[in-house]
Amino acid sequence: MSALTWMRDPTPETSPLKRARLAPPPSLEGRTVCLFDIGKTRTREFLDRVEMRLAERNIRTMRAGKPTNAKIATPETLQKVAEEADVVLIGLSD
Amino acid sequence: MTVHASLAVFAKRDCPTCELIAPVLRGLAERGAALTVYSQDDPAFPDRLDGVVDDRELAHSFRHRVEIVPTLVRFEDGVEVARTEGWDAAEWRRLTGVADLGAGLPGLRPGCGSKSVEPGLADYLRVRFGEPGIRARRIDFGPYDDEIEICFERGWTDGLPVVPPTDVRVLRMLAGTTRAPDEVVGRIPPNLAECTVEKVAINAVMAGCKPEYLPVVLAAVEAALEPEFTLHGLLATTYFSGPIIVVNGPVARRIGMNSGMNALGQGNRANATIGRALQLIVRNIGGGRPGEVDRATLGGPGKYTFCFAEDESDPRWEPLSVSRGFAPGSSTVTLFQGEGVQGFVDQKSRTPEDLARSLAMGLNAIGHPKMVQSQRAILVLSPEHHAIFAEAGWDRRRIEAAIDAATLRPGRDLVAGAHGVGEGMPAALADEALPKFNPGGLMIVRAGGPAGLFSAILPGWIAGRNHLELQPVTKEIKP
Repeated sequence: MSALTWMRDPTPETSPLKRARLAPPPSLEGRTVCLFDIGKTRTREFLDRVEMRLAERNIRTMRAGKPTNAKIATPETLQKVAEEADVVLIGLSD
Repeated sequence: MTVHASLAVFAKRDCPTCELIAPVLRGLAERGAALTVYSQDDPAFPDRLDGVVDDRELAHSFRHRVEIVPTLVRFEDGVEVARTEGWDAAEWRRLTGVADLGAGLPGLRPGCGSKSVEPGLADYLRVRFGEPGIRARRIDFGPYDDEIEICFERGWTDGLPVVPPTDVRVLRMLAGTTRAPDEVVGRIPPNLAECTVEKVAINAVMAGCKPEYLPVVLAAVEAALEPEFTLHGLLATTYFSGPIIVVNGPVARRIGMNSGMNALGQGNRANATIGRALQLIVRNIGGGRPGEVDRATLGGPGKYTFCFAEDESDPRWEPLSVSRGFAPGSSTVTLFQGEGVQGFVDQKSRTPEDLARSLAMGLNAIGHPKMVQSQRAILVLSPEHHAIFAEAGWDRRRIEAAIDAATLRPGRDLVAGAHGVGEGMPAALADEALPKFNPGGLMIVRAGGPAGLFSAILPGWIAGRNHLELQPVTKEIKP
């Protein structure tokens, strides 16, 4: 790796340096929402409630998560989420 | 008014002349001279001298533009007034004002190269301690981030890893041209974004180019921006085509391009990266990305990179650049809107007439065998196929004319519906004899390995409303 921690922009710099998030979908109808457990205490409980509320609106959900909040998600988990979900809700609750 | 004089000496232990004059430096210190010694490789050098400045990072040596050690600099009121390099007893005595300095030492000893000008280090120091002068904005990352992955995440790659464009690499790339970094080369479609020499250099770094390739990349960009090259349309087309770059002239040998064995294939850095740089420029500066403005149905591997040199080693062969009006010995790029490669085999024709007819059959198949005058083509003639023509005394023009004539077919075989195939030419042409190409639609390039009665056909883009609105472009490569 380079000793200097920057490189130069190869683009015409017409977009902001900080990349924008993807716009949220206009509606959750017909989409699958991944409820993603980051591994903190009581996140599961929080996401269970969210799941229940989404089920009342006939919105499909799937569950995924990290082993603990200190570890990053595995590639397998990220691939599964990318394959099955349209929207991800990350549960942060303590 | 009193002038305040001071001295600075830049030295390194790994320099016999510096070792030789170590007693001189100690002597100056003992006399109470206002002396600062900067040591480039060992802060304990010179031995038994206090206050040596540790310059292993070379900040001081860089800022004082030291090229040789030892260097003695004399300052008056903080301003440099004189310097001497190496050991020159008379000069050292003049600068220090000590008449018997270094008595007993030889009068003259050359110094050694300063560490700050070692190959590879100067650009690094310029970035670290100087003002590199790069205008493009900085993209910062953390010390543990992987720069190559950042380039992927930002959408800057063609699907293969790119070389991260660090300041040092960009500065070295810019040294490959005499052109100013802020010179505008043009506006790159589809977004018509302004493209400077510096932005070309950044993308050339990413493509893996060496600095000496940069003039070729710049010429390729300029050629691609000529209106008759129709770069926007070539990018946006659903067809397979992309830019193909043919390099002629001494530059090809100078930068080590391949025009011989496997010339259209992998394995040569210049061939691979010059073509890739042009594609990255269209992607990163112009904003032309597959699935967005690039609407190719299938695309092709040539859209990663497609660049090769013509083999000009046979004096019987007129180089492509010369046939297009450039002086022999000039270096050029010729850009063609094409796809590749359609292999052509003929191992049995032994006369030029036979081979011309045979090549015409191969060329008639491009796009669709029943479509004519709708696209151009490059014929890459291998040395063995060329030899059949050359030994009979045929030159480029005679070969082109014979192939063109041999492509003539009766319109009745080519009209839509003929031979039970819906594709084809308008029924009104049934009674005409139709050549495959419009005049000048076939370009021949000589390249390839010494063995193999194979040639290659690089079909052009089908965009034939008016063949003159879409043309190959040749540009001279300038330093």
